[in-house]
Amino acid sequence: MSHDSMNRAPLVLLYLNVLVIATCGLVYELLAGTLASYLLGDTVTQFSLVIGIYLSAMGAGAWLSRLVVGQVARCFVEIELGVALLGGFSAPILFATFAWASLFQPVLYGLVFAIGVLVGLELPLLMRLLREQLDFEDLVSRVLTFDYIGALLASLLFPMFLVPRLGLIRTSLLCGLLNAAVALWGTYLLRPLLPRRVLPGLRGRACLVLGMLCIALLKADRMTELAEEGVLGDPIVHAETTAFQRIVLTRNSRGFQLYLNGHLQFNSVDEYRYHEALVHPPLSAAMTPRRVLVLGGGDGLALREILRYPSIEAVTLVDIDPGMTTLAERFPPLLELSQAALRDPRVTVVNNDAFVWTGRSGGGGGPFDAAIIDFPDPGSFAIGKLYTRRFYRMLREHLAPGALVSVQCTSPLVAPQTFWCIVSTMESAGFHVRPYHAAVPTFGEWGFALASMEPVPQQIRISPEVVSALRFLNDDVLNGLFSLPPDLNRIKTEINQLNNQAIVRYYDQEWNAWR
Amino acid sequence: MELSRRELIQLLLGAPALASVLSPGCHPPPRLPAAGQLLGQSLEVGHRLRDGFQPQPDVGSWQDLPVVIVGGGVSGLSAAWRFRQRGFNDFVVLELEPDPGGTVRSGTCSLCKFPWGAHYVPAPLPEHHLLIQLLADMGVVESTADDGTPVIAEQFLCREPEERLFFGGEWIDGLYPATGASPDDLAQLDAFRREVDRWVEWRDSAGRRAFAVPSRLSSDDSQVTHLDQDSVAEWLRRQGWNSPRLHWLVDYSCRDDYGLSAEQTSAWAGLFYFAARQRTAGSGHQPLITWPEGNSPLISHLLQNLGTSVRTGAAVTQIRPVGPPSRSAVPAPAAGARPTRISPAAQNSPAAPDSVEVVWYDTQTREAAGIRARHVIFAAPQFLAPRLIADFTQRTGRQTDLFRYGSWFVANLHLQDRPREGRVPLSWDNVIHDSRSLGYVVATHQTGLDHGPTVLTWYCPLCDEESRDAREKLLQASWADLADVVLTDLERAHPEIRQLTTRLDVFRWGHAMVQPIPGFRTSRQRQAAAVPDGRIHFAHSDLSGIALFEEAFDHGCRAADEVLEAFA
Repeated sequence: MSHDSMNRAPLVLLYLNVLVIATCGLVYELLAGTLASYLLGDTVTQFSLVIGIYLSAMGAGAWLSRLVVGQVARCFVEIELGVALLGGFSAPILFATFAWASLFQPVLYGLVFAIGVLVGLELPLLMRLLREQLDFEDLVSRVLTFDYIGALLASLLFPMFLVPRLGLIRTSLLCGLLNAAVALWGTYLLRPLLPRRVLPGLRGRACLVLGMLCIALLKADRMTELAEEGVLGDPIVHAETTAFQRIVLTRNSRGFQLYLNGHLQFNSVDEYRYHEALVHPPLSAAMTPRRVLVLGGGDGLALREILRYPSIEAVTLVDIDPGMTTLAERFPPLLELSQAALRDPRVTVVNNDAFVWTGRSGGGGGPFDAAIIDFPDPGSFAIGKLYTRRFYRMLREHLAPGALVSVQCTSPLVAPQTFWCIVSTMESAGFHVRPYHAAVPTFGEWGFALASMEPVPQQIRISPEVVSALRFLNDDVLNGLFSLPPDLNRIKTEINQLNNQAIVRYYDQEWNAWR
Repeated sequence: MELSRRELIQLLLGAPALASVLSPGCHPPPRLPAAGQLLGQSLEVGHRLRDGFQPQPDVGSWQDLPVVIVGGGVSGLSAAWRFRQRGFNDFVVLELEPDPGGTVRSGTCSLCKFPWGAHYVPAPLPEHHLLIQLLADMGVVESTADDGTPVIAEQFLCREPEERLFFGGEWIDGLYPATGASPDDLAQLDAFRREVDRWVEWRDSAGRRAFAVPSRLSSDDSQVTHLDQDSVAEWLRRQGWNSPRLHWLVDYSCRDDYGLSAEQTSAWAGLFYFAARQRTAGSGHQPLITWPEGNSPLISHLLQNLGTSVRTGAAVTQIRPVGPPSRSAVPAPAAGARPTRISPAAQNSPAAPDSVEVVWYDTQTREAAGIRARHVIFAAPQFLAPRLIADFTQRTGRQTDLFRYGSWFVANLHLQDRPREGRVPLSWDNVIHDSRSLGYVVATHQTGLDHGPTVLTWYCPLCDEESRDAREKLLQASWADLADVVLTDLERAHPEIRQLTTRLDVFRWGHAMVQPIPGFRTSRQRQAAAVPDGRIHFAHSDLSGIALFEEAFDHGCRAADEVLEAFA
């Protein structure tokens, strides 16, 4: 067959290829920019860096195209496959390196550059392939037209359809599939230009790449649940399923949100209200706290508040999930939010079930002057056991005389039985308890309990070196938290014990009725 | 001929389990765990004894000791505990197995301990003083409520969620197969519960409960004992209750506690299960006391301070009453014990001799030794009495053929991770409806470890009325065959179980439990069995006809009291 046998129909198809190539190329660029701004913040810098690197890489690609002499068609197909692989897997690769900031940036910029070079090679090669068929004027005008139409298509599809409907990972894989399809298709369209002996190899590789991307698309559920993103409402920037729970971080224009098993743990916008209310009543009441125990709180935010006290000598943090504490230690936005509290030399992290840890005598680091209990809400039996009389009794063994304990107690407005069940259960374990509340806008009206084996002080003063750093609390506000409005009046509940887990029942009923 | 896989599954799990097994033909062999073994009690000495092995100790190896307790199971150790509690220390416990405890047995792995046998005790009612005392010594009972009920420390009570049932392809809460139950099913369940409540509140003219723990304190009014004539399944039908769901619940309960089906269990025992462990009408079943390793901590506590008073690997081969007649040696029944009828044969026997010779064989050193005791407590199963006690049948006129024993299989599965969870979370007790097995308990449940690796203990009594032949074959089945049955059973509820299981051990219990078949509780054989044979006293759960810790404990304490009365 000769070149002349490429008739008009395949030419139209080649323009379609240009359109696909251009669309996918821009989508990869947008993906990289979006991911970079999710993780590193500072959208303007991230987008201009990514666009700059990408465009200059395209330039490099265009320049490199002159080095391709002979076998242009084959080269074009190979490059398509390269774009399919690198571009298609770009979002999964970036997600996977998300938790390691030091790795993330080189990988990000390296990927952007590599994809840019390959995309930059595409059009010059394609134009050389079509050179034989068309006048130069025609060629330039048609190819560039389709190229710019593709760019428009991408810029409209990306925010309006791809991200909201497919999510970042699926979008990336889907574009990869399109590129691979173009490559496979190319082996038919350009068959007259391809040596017969390379055809089976090219098609085989194209099918392999298609297969890999298809499998990845099927497995994409494991990385980001489409439904999850829909439920959480904001783009997911990190998601992992550890042996213990599903950890998801989302980001929107206002900040970060951490979800454990679909339950919001904090929103960076107002988490300071929650964590100041959780930490400062017991630590300020403890006068000069030296040794502090944190149960749960693997995000390191309670730690940040604790470490404001100059008297702190050692903090033991017990969180069941190494996935959570590792993420908090490595993931830049979390690290920044917690002021790298988990990396403080005074902090010892223990990854164990708090029930099991507390059950062992002399668990290490104690006796403690204060304990901060920051477990998720008691929505399951596995967590309900951490609100039992038995648990509070075991906790007593780790406390210094007069030690103060604070417990997060879910919303007293939504779940009054749950809230008062915690108070009553702690009292049954021998604690004096003063319940209190704080408004945390993204949570709503939130409840806490301050407890001690000695009577709990009625007036608490925050030490001057701490209070100046706080955004929510001062002495008046702190003491005001303890006055409960009439709609939070005490109600009688069962004692939560291991063998009844009354609190799990209360919690289920109350939150289900609210939803 | 060996049993085929299908036969084995049908025998152990019942016909419904077969549906999940591929039809005969060429299939790859089912995947089995990488490790595991078949365990069991020491049969060697027992079988040699049955075949006439009768070692004689050297003259020099005899010693004198006031009391020998034959058997270091729950009843024997309870007798020892009672002795020490009353300040009496001159006794020895001879136990055949390398570890004392009888059907209470446990294992340990790096993750946790796990049971091989008995694994819970319902919280005692106020009337079981001695058991409450034992539990208080252990710190299990932490105080007494105003109404006299013992308050159990919560960490020893079975933690919620306690039980779930795999029924109709999914796990549901509780043990009653409620999904799709008709109004009539529910009405029958309600009527049954009201009938149980009626028996809970029932008192005889002497103020005794119809069903009490220990069962010795139960009423012997004919209204109650009459129940022993029929099976509990027949009794249900006679009440007009034919709901398959109700029958399943009662059948499961009988298999769980007695290793018998509802058709095989006496109605007395069936009602005992429900009514004896309930304080008042509507108060529900007493909460269960349990440990990760089953009842072993009870044994450890009973063993405390016993030291060398317990000889393990000590096979008693003969018990011989000797010496001149002396009527005075027959002890009066202990205070609180109901007067028991003494069989005419026992009354007419030559007066009790003044000592008892106990010959025992050290399975380690392979040497025989003898003890001349003033009294012996025979705390072993009744079927061994004619084999071990010289001239037992001739002297006492007692038969033991009604004492029948069930066999059990218990498997421990070591899982590298937990099976996938549905709506109803993994519970302590997890029962599969369409199976003759009892499902499994989770060893890590009480420890608070709720994630990752765990150990499941699977229980299966052999209660189908199969031929002796099939039974023998079952007991000879290989580890691989039995492991496959266990996994086939669990696979229906947990399809990934074969991938998760890294190790699976199976324990065969030959004579695990006495069977409360109709008529046994009220039989003369059983009633006579607790009566001392001269200076030989009897203590075992056999004597109650129901194999419960509380019964064995009660008989041990009662026998110890009898002996001390005799010395007094």
